[in-house]
Amino acid sequence: MPSNQDAPLKTYQDHLARNELAYQFSREAGRAVFYPRVLCPFTGSDQLEWRVSKGLGTVYATTVVHPADGKPFNVALIDCDEGFRLMSRVEDIAPEQVRIGQRVRFRVHRAEGDEDPYPVFAPVENA
Amino acid sequence: MMEGLKRGSAAIVGVAESDLGQVADGLSVFDLMAQGVGRALDDCGLKLKDVDALFSATTQSRMSVLGLAEYLGINPPYLGSTIVGGSSFEYHVAHAMGAIALGLCNVAVIAYGSTQRSVGRKQASVREINPYESPFRPFLPASAYALAASRHMHQFGTTREQLAAVAVAAREWALLNPKAWEKKPLTIDGVLSSRMVSYPFTVRDCCLVTDGGGAIVVTSAERAKSLRKPAAYVLGCGQSTTHANISSMPDLTVTGALTSGKAAYQMARLGAADVDAVELYDAFTINTILFLEDLGFCKKGEGGAFVSGGRIAPKGSLAVNTNGGGLSYCHPGMYGLFLLIEAVRQLRGECGARQVKDCEVALAHGNGGVLSSQATVILGTQATL
Repeated sequence: MPSNQDAPLKTYQDHLARNELAYQFSREAGRAVFYPRVLCPFTGSDQLEWRVSKGLGTVYATTVVHPADGKPFNVALIDCDEGFRLMSRVEDIAPEQVRIGQRVRFRVHRAEGDEDPYPVFAPVENA
Repeated sequence: MMEGLKRGSAAIVGVAESDLGQVADGLSVFDLMAQGVGRALDDCGLKLKDVDALFSATTQSRMSVLGLAEYLGINPPYLGSTIVGGSSFEYHVAHAMGAIALGLCNVAVIAYGSTQRSVGRKQASVREINPYESPFRPFLPASAYALAASRHMHQFGTTREQLAAVAVAAREWALLNPKAWEKKPLTIDGVLSSRMVSYPFTVRDCCLVTDGGGAIVVTSAERAKSLRKPAAYVLGCGQSTTHANISSMPDLTVTGALTSGKAAYQMARLGAADVDAVELYDAFTINTILFLEDLGFCKKGEGGAFVSGGRIAPKGSLAVNTNGGGLSYCHPGMYGLFLLIEAVRQLRGECGARQVKDCEVALAHGNGGVLSSQATVILGTQATL
């Protein structure tokens, strides 16, 4: 009998706490799954295995948010080399200098207060 | 094979806006919906007692169709509350058409209302937390569309000036529409030099934040014949959902309009070249470009050039967003109903200074979420049946 399943989000965040960017892999589909879930969106299978990304990726899309108060900041979509895409931001350079096609490397943004850790990226040459 | 909906078997026979822009203090979304319902029924000569199907969607009431039925004092056997963002109402048309064909109802009313300008966007729409996106503080929905624009600019060389041309064309149409919110001319430079919101969008690349609502009445083609005004027959419908969140959109330069448009054209046995008036959900300037491409009015990647030089403005080669669109006419949160209202009015020849000449076929394309849910409705006059 299946036992109660861990929340995919919890497993993901546990990996982040260990400085790891985790994703799922569907053997049946032969491809990565992100965000983490309990059912494969390609096959309907519940057999999803956890893997840890090498943390390298390419900027797929980018914008600079200009808040009414506060400094402009980057929001980007990153295509990781393992074949999954996630929202993140590119740090260490000015937000408007983030370029589509730029190679970036993952690191963990540490929790502040009640915040959970989350993945951010920096240009590979600066990493 | 599925039989599907039958071309021309239902028609939109009544349309109306509620009060728009900044409505009177204290008006509720139900007040606005009811204004729309009363006026739309009046438009076609039907009465509340004739209504046997009620559809609504709003972000400001969880069970809006119940609230609306109560408010109107009716107990229709068929209710629909599909809510997929701004394209909800294009979905409702298809669902109403199906229900009418099955004999589940005969007179369907589809209503919308929003007081987002009066109560503030935060009050009008509860922010949902997505642990995979919210930490990065995208300014939604603008940033999601901005990401799509960044891709389009990268892959096809689309420029900010070309995006701005969409806003300028919308403004020129709005200046011909007495009901439009915006009353002053706009230039390309005016768009580019406005306050930056989420690059490449300034505030002028973004839709308005207004109050407003309305309603439309859908009935069988048979019943439509005897009503007050010429019917707008539903020739084709199509829907497509590719994702909910922008980080899950497969290709940010290709929308579900490709699929929904194909289905609608197939059912209508028409193509883009047959469409006289094009009403596209322009939440942001990139939308118009993406939908013109995906609905076959120009090739993929050529939308930027296509909208330039006044080509989609009044007196241009293609009449697009003839009411002034969400960019300049009104945008009360979920704009899809207004596309249908304008399409019907164009087919009836009621549009005065902005009337498209010899308008026989009109296309309304709704967009919901962040390019997530796409729905196309093709309408035609009696002559197109």
